[in-house]
Amino acid sequence: MIFRKRVELFLRTVIGRAYPRLIGLQRERSWLIFDTLLPLLQMSAFVFVYRAMQAPPEYTGFVVLGGAMTAYWLNVLWSMATQLHWEKENGNLALFIMAPTSRMAILLGMALGGIVATSFRAAAVVLVGIFIFGAHFSAERIPELIGIFLLTLIALYGMGMLFSSLFLLYGREAWHMSLLLQEPIYLLSGFYFPVRSLGYWTAMGASIVPITLGLDAMRQLLFPRMMQQIKFLDVRIELLVLAVLGLVFLFLAQRSLSYMERLACQEGRLTVRGQ
Amino acid sequence: MATNQRAVENLRSLRMAAWLGWQIESNWTDPFLFAIYSVIKPIAGALILVFMYMVVAKGGLSNPLFPMIFVGNAFYIYVAMVLMGVSFAVVDDRERYGMLKYMYTAPLNIYFYLLGRGGAKTLIATVSVLITLAFGALLFNLPIDIASIDWLLLVTGLVLGLLSLAFLGIFLGGVALITARHGQFTGEAVAGALYMLCGAVFPIDVLPGLLQAISYILPLTYWIETMRRALLGSGSSQILSQLSNLELVGVLGAFSVGVVILSVLFFRWAEHRAKEKGLIDMQTNY
Repeated sequence: MIFRKRVELFLRTVIGRAYPRLIGLQRERSWLIFDTLLPLLQMSAFVFVYRAMQAPPEYTGFVVLGGAMTAYWLNVLWSMATQLHWEKENGNLALFIMAPTSRMAILLGMALGGIVATSFRAAAVVLVGIFIFGAHFSAERIPELIGIFLLTLIALYGMGMLFSSLFLLYGREAWHMSLLLQEPIYLLSGFYFPVRSLGYWTAMGASIVPITLGLDAMRQLLFPRMMQQIKFLDVRIELLVLAVLGLVFLFLAQRSLSYMERLACQEGRLTVRGQ
Repeated sequence: MATNQRAVENLRSLRMAAWLGWQIESNWTDPFLFAIYSVIKPIAGALILVFMYMVVAKGGLSNPLFPMIFVGNAFYIYVAMVLMGVSFAVVDDRERYGMLKYMYTAPLNIYFYLLGRGGAKTLIATVSVLITLAFGALLFNLPIDIASIDWLLLVTGLVLGLLSLAFLGIFLGGVALITARHGQFTGEAVAGALYMLCGAVFPIDVLPGLLQAISYILPLTYWIETMRRALLGSGSSQILSQLSNLELVGVLGAFSVGVVILSVLFFRWAEHRAKEKGLIDMQTNY
């Protein structure tokens, strides 16, 4: 196939896989309410915890930002990592494998659709944080903030693409693995408190999850005065590490997908259901 | 059917469902990994609050609010597990295993079956709560003294609280019976709302007026307060402190009975509607 045709097919696949994620928002609007409501409830509880402790008002903003990023992490776990497992259960995976297109394009489409759909939820969380809980953010370094946010998403969804291929071999373990990666990651990545308080080396280890550095960098830009004492790394270093993580995860996802697909074919797991 | 025979059948339904639930919950991996999985999640949940507290308190854990938060959070583990354990059995059996219609044709009591399915998760939750409390007592010096625990209050409160939760699960099971794609989300949403409204991790006194009013009509508000008083000797809320232990248990008992009656009535209605509309063996691919 000539190069132009291959690129065209790749892009069509990306759009084709992203489409159901976006159109799903229209078809099942009640999900939008649930998906927005769930991160909001926990976030609200943590805001009240800080209020009960009479914490400085900036901590409300910490929690709001963490709550917004929770929506992305849940999307990566449940709509990226476990997605190929669901497809297998629904009988679609074999069709994906048979289709004359790139599997990476399918994952990329899933990621892009997921990012757009989740962004509505994250925006709702931030708006509730601002208008109901009165969270204040510094708006002095918006371009850097956008840059860090986008790099965080690239690295995060790259990790999700890697997970989806690793989870390909799982049966019911996929469900439990995703459950296991919720609270422990909320803890280690500092979703609701500055990650530095876990200790330098723990925070360093947790930096393998891109949200750890992304959250710390965004907090430094949004709460500069507060974060001076409790920042983990310099924003420029975090930016650089996030860029590297993004590249590494995308590369590993591509390699891992090919390997896992071959292994699943050999072991006859691609069409096994109810495992 | 004779009462005796019915009781035997109900107990058999409960026992078999509990065993089935245990198998589903635990046989996806080896026992060692399952044990780690069961311990890590609740401890991570507790540590989030510990670190939130330490960040604000600059490392100190001496404020009396800390044990209140820790104990409330530990017992909240039951909420999500029992609630989801009972209600999600409907979604799981109908959508995933395609077995719900067979349950309705089998000689069993569906209430006892659903409660039994929740039983396995209740057992796992009990282990998680004990581990979390032990973890708190050993590492963070929670003032829990075995000798000064009010055991009667603890056991009475625990039984009433679990009864409320299990039947709230039955209520949500009824919702799952007549809805297509929301069975899982309703359970999570209700558990999330209860986390905020029943003051599991903060005194309900800090809630705004309307939310505070809602928290007064939730049995779990009184349950969490009872658990705190039984273990720590005092509760977290200024408002609820006006109630004596006996009054607190009385209110909890009254609300629990209300939840049981309401849930059974609603489930019966939902079950009838599901049968009328042919929803018992519905497959929606979710």
